Amino acid sequence: MNEKDIKRENASEESAAMRPAVNVVEDATGITLYADLPGVPKDKLSIHVEGDNLILEGELEINSPPNMEAIHAEVDLSRYRRVFTLSRELDGDKVSAGFRHGVLELRIPKAEHAQSRRIVVQAT
Amino acid sequence: MHYRGIFHRNLFSELEQLQREFDGSPSIRGAAPGYPAMNVGTTPKSVEVYAFAPGMAPEEFDVQVENGVLTISGERKNIVPPERATIHIGEHFSERFRRAVSLPDDIEPNSTTASYRDGVLHVCVARREAAQSRRIPVQ
Repeated sequence: MNEKDIKRENASEESAAMRPAVNVVEDATGITLYADLPGVPKDKLSIHVEGDNLILEGELEINSPPNMEAIHAEVDLSRYRRVFTLSRELDGDKVSAGFRHGVLELRIPKAEHAQSRRIVVQAT
Repeated sequence: MHYRGIFHRNLFSELEQLQREFDGSPSIRGAAPGYPAMNVGTTPKSVEVYAFAPGMAPEEFDVQVENGVLTISGERKNIVPPERATIHIGEHFSERFRRAVSLPDDIEPNSTTASYRDGVLHVCVARREAAQSRRIPVQ
């Protein structure tokens, strides 16, 4: 990657973005993250793991008529971005994703050695 | 219900609204912005409304135009976590919602269409032909 690419990447990280609302649920075998990304088509969604960071990004694509005059806008940015730190026991290489009606569902499994085991308490 | 007229008849009402927002006097319906977030625009032939309401099925929306007011309502159901799961972050809106937009006078309510794509509900309300500006030839 040359310097120009790096600069461009930094610029895109710094430009204003909306923070998607998320639900995060943990069970014995992993974490499921649900993120609201309304207006983002599947091909404009990007999920990547960089070191300990899980980075969610998406670009809105609202096909409004070209001659439309906006008169009221509550969604006035064109991208979403949110970064999460993954803890060590999560397996960032095995993240799986589904995307439907603007909701991203990400499954991040725990590494096998980290999955919780129930310890039986012995009566003595 | 979050109600806000967005087609101001004159500049004064717009100024008054701005003034109210600056004064910070709380609305009886609460200060939080309504759900779903909405964008509204106009073309000479239509009023275009976009409601950002992810995680719904198209048939779960109730879209109505009555007395010049467009109402969008529905309920977003919460995701049911599996047994023995812990909820760490719960930011999703998961309740009944209802929002209304007052439309201009020249709309044709019978030719309203609605579609749902990528979590955005798009409602298009046609405007009457007569209201569209026409070039008058000078004799």
